[in-house]
Amino acid sequence: MRTAGMTSRKQGPARLGLLLALVSSLGLASVASPLGEIAGAAAAEKQTLRVCGDPNNMPFSNEKQEGIENKIATVVAKDLGWEVEYLWWPHQRGLVRRVLNTERCDVLIGIPKGYDLVGWTKPYYRTGYVIAYRMDRIAEAVGSLDDPRLKTLKVGVQVNTPPHVALAERGIVGDNVVGYQLMFDSNAHPEDYPGKELEDLMAGRIDVALVWGPIAGYFQKKKGVASLALVPIEGPSEGSKRFTFEMSMGVRKADLELKKRLDQALDRTRDEIRAILEDFGVPLFPLTVPVPGGAAGTPHGPKDKHKGEP
Amino acid sequence: MTKKHPSRTENGRISAGVLIALLATACEAREATTETKTLAATPAPPASPGITATTAPKAAVETPLATDAERADHAAYAKEAGAELKKLQNDDTQWVMPAKNYAGTRYSTLKEITAANVKDLKVAWSMSTGTTKGHEGAPLVVGSTMYAHSSFPNHVFAIDLTKPDHSLKWKYTPEQDERAVPVACCDAVHRGLNYAEGKILMITLDAQVIALDANSGKEVWKSRNGDPTRGETITGAGLVVNGSFIVGISGGEFGVRGHVTAYDVRNGKRLWRAYSTGPDAELMLTDNFNAANPHYGQKEQGTKTWTGEAWKQGGGTTWGWYSYDADLDLMYYSTGNPGTWNPDQRPGDNKWSMTIWARNPQTGKASWGYQMTPHDAWDYDGINESVLVDLNIGGKKVPSLVHFDRNGFGYTLDRRDGTILVAEPFVHVNWATGIDKKTGRPIEDIEKRTKQGVVTKDICPNAMGGKDQQPVAFSPRTQLFYVPSNNMCMDYEGVEVKYTAGAPFVGANVAMKPGPGGNLGELLAWDPTTGKKKWGIKEKYPAWSGVLTTATDVVFYGTMDGWFKAVHAETGKVLWQHKVASGIIGAPMTFQGPDGKQYVGVYAGVGGWFGLPVSNDLSRKDPYAALGAVGIADKSGLYEATTKGGMLYVFAI
Repeated sequence: MRTAGMTSRKQGPARLGLLLALVSSLGLASVASPLGEIAGAAAAEKQTLRVCGDPNNMPFSNEKQEGIENKIATVVAKDLGWEVEYLWWPHQRGLVRRVLNTERCDVLIGIPKGYDLVGWTKPYYRTGYVIAYRMDRIAEAVGSLDDPRLKTLKVGVQVNTPPHVALAERGIVGDNVVGYQLMFDSNAHPEDYPGKELEDLMAGRIDVALVWGPIAGYFQKKKGVASLALVPIEGPSEGSKRFTFEMSMGVRKADLELKKRLDQALDRTRDEIRAILEDFGVPLFPLTVPVPGGAAGTPHGPKDKHKGEP
Repeated sequence: MTKKHPSRTENGRISAGVLIALLATACEAREATTETKTLAATPAPPASPGITATTAPKAAVETPLATDAERADHAAYAKEAGAELKKLQNDDTQWVMPAKNYAGTRYSTLKEITAANVKDLKVAWSMSTGTTKGHEGAPLVVGSTMYAHSSFPNHVFAIDLTKPDHSLKWKYTPEQDERAVPVACCDAVHRGLNYAEGKILMITLDAQVIALDANSGKEVWKSRNGDPTRGETITGAGLVVNGSFIVGISGGEFGVRGHVTAYDVRNGKRLWRAYSTGPDAELMLTDNFNAANPHYGQKEQGTKTWTGEAWKQGGGTTWGWYSYDADLDLMYYSTGNPGTWNPDQRPGDNKWSMTIWARNPQTGKASWGYQMTPHDAWDYDGINESVLVDLNIGGKKVPSLVHFDRNGFGYTLDRRDGTILVAEPFVHVNWATGIDKKTGRPIEDIEKRTKQGVVTKDICPNAMGGKDQQPVAFSPRTQLFYVPSNNMCMDYEGVEVKYTAGAPFVGANVAMKPGPGGNLGELLAWDPTTGKKKWGIKEKYPAWSGVLTTATDVVFYGTMDGWFKAVHAETGKVLWQHKVASGIIGAPMTFQGPDGKQYVGVYAGVGGWFGLPVSNDLSRKDPYAALGAVGIADKSGLYEATTKGGMLYVFAI
């Protein structure tokens, strides 16, 4: 695997030259896809899965390729018989405009279906926001956003996310609400990564974290915090009051060829991707339209309010 | 690794929701901010393959506050320091500050170009600035040198007006943190330069404040006003008053708390900083703040009109224009919208966002503040210019301040204490039926107040406002203001999937549409004593350039499709027009050259919020990107009407 940091991957002669060099060095056999569909110059363009990767945004992605999305990219690229190449760019404003649409990279691994700036693949998992707290500090489950304790407990929430909006609707806007920015500069301020909210929860600086499920799941599963309870926030699956989102890969809207390839690869790698998501403790919910075979769409929600309880 | 204190607020603005839809397709869904609207995107560095953690920019260290001794030294110096500019602002052969004079009238007494002969106006010379993002502001002329600027990376050109070829005396490009800027900021405009005591004073997008030797272009000093890796940027030109270079800050969407800061022109030392929100000591209020209008709010309003400590990320950035009254020794500016964009999360008036301020430039202390739009729900970012004119109102000569706000109301205030004299809508407004002069508050139509998750239809004006930052001009001859205005409304639709840093959320989707009549803009002639329009020139596109007027009753302005126009100040009759290389969002200026001739200068270079689809150049590459995204600009035909690129034009008879 290489990173794009060293080479210009813009279109044009330089890129073509690089691709030709790549093809010749690997030999024809090794670049054929499992489907044997790749042929000709147009296909050669896609011999590399060029990922727009966040350099510092665990549990999703980092430069060491330790995150959920890094692992998924590897699995999907392997299925396609392609190499993975990263353009490291914080997943902040300007991402689509500056690097995806300028063709400095070709795919965002995890975007919500419906994210209008990009074309999206079939969704391959669904997860949602959760209420997270330490069971060793809070004995009785915090089961919903209507729990009156949220008016007095120190509640962390990612700014402007659905649970933040829901708190405002309930009039919970006071000193007990601690906001965490999702906008941060992962180059200059890596410590501001979204997991900071969970670090604060573990350190007792907040009592409850309303947080995007994969972030909480990562702390529970990967970081082995057994005392962490995750309670999915219930709500409709669509509309402005939703707390769950189906996640897809994102490509340029016009890049229908790549979307097709990815859709096929996502179907074929369903089990491997599911294993990655489970390994990272991502709370998984059924997709609204189950994928063929249904594995990733199998209900996987917590059985009780204390998911993760031993 | 040292853990920073978490951003403890529910109010760090992720984005200005109202702006989102407008930009969503052209820009990135969530990058709408006060500044995004007016600015174009920074180009992706073409040769660099990306930014990596290993080459991460370091957090910038701000210039500390000067010592008491240094400030006392400045105070002594300031007594004399102001004389130069107070004199030069009245010399109409030159153009030594952004708005021509401290009053901000953009009016010149030069008389060679007249309503009769303007038809013969021709390009005398022109020059490329070498950058393609939007070009706002105006060049300066000091002595026989013109000082021009460009959008990011903020080139400065010193042009020798005595040379027939207008060759450069020097060119300067500030060293900026290119890696930080694209992440921190979607904006790439620059609203111009200042001059004082043989120095050119400038801000940079990455929040530096720099003084150059006007003769050589060499750096004299550099200070730092903010940290771009925290989202703090600067686009407003600032103003030099009595030996202080006064500058603002941009970046509300990163939770930046707005402030205004004074630097010693001699050495760049920081003299004072006054915040837009927070405790009175940090707001720097005088003891008798708002004494004439206690109902505007006096003590502790910067904290008590917020819940908890939300004021700490309360927005109120200061990226607009500044003006100054030497007799009252007060400078005037106004603050932008509050953070976060979702008003439900910040109950209260959210003072002092959306506020016109009057401060002493030496002490920084505010004598009055008037909040125009309490508890903003529309992103009517209040930063537009305040122009200082003496008007006959009710049979008396009143030292007035006239401000055309994004919220659609034209305000005439008594600039001594902020008392409202006139407040009338200058465009189609329906979010409020008027301004209650007794309380100072808008009389809102509750049906038009936006709310997350609720569809609110047909709000006028839209988030771009009745007028954006493009500055007005005032003619003492006609006693009229010439106002470049927008005629647009919006639907605030509530549901659109957004994404950042791995996490999805639902944001506001705002659809923009033409206002009544279908034209998107209009140049208005406005009587500030009655709050009535005298005439208007309807424009196909938003009127997004500044305005200049002269003693010969000629009014100059430009259009987004690249027409530079001269019209009659009394009647609005179009006298002349010339198509330039790109749409005009800059502000025209005039001066007398060393050859004794009158010239009119203006930047072309489309961009700004509305012009982003063109300066951003994306929809051509990807036809699907035009879906809804490029929105009204695409529908309006702007893409066909002009192309991007920064140019300086100088016209003469």
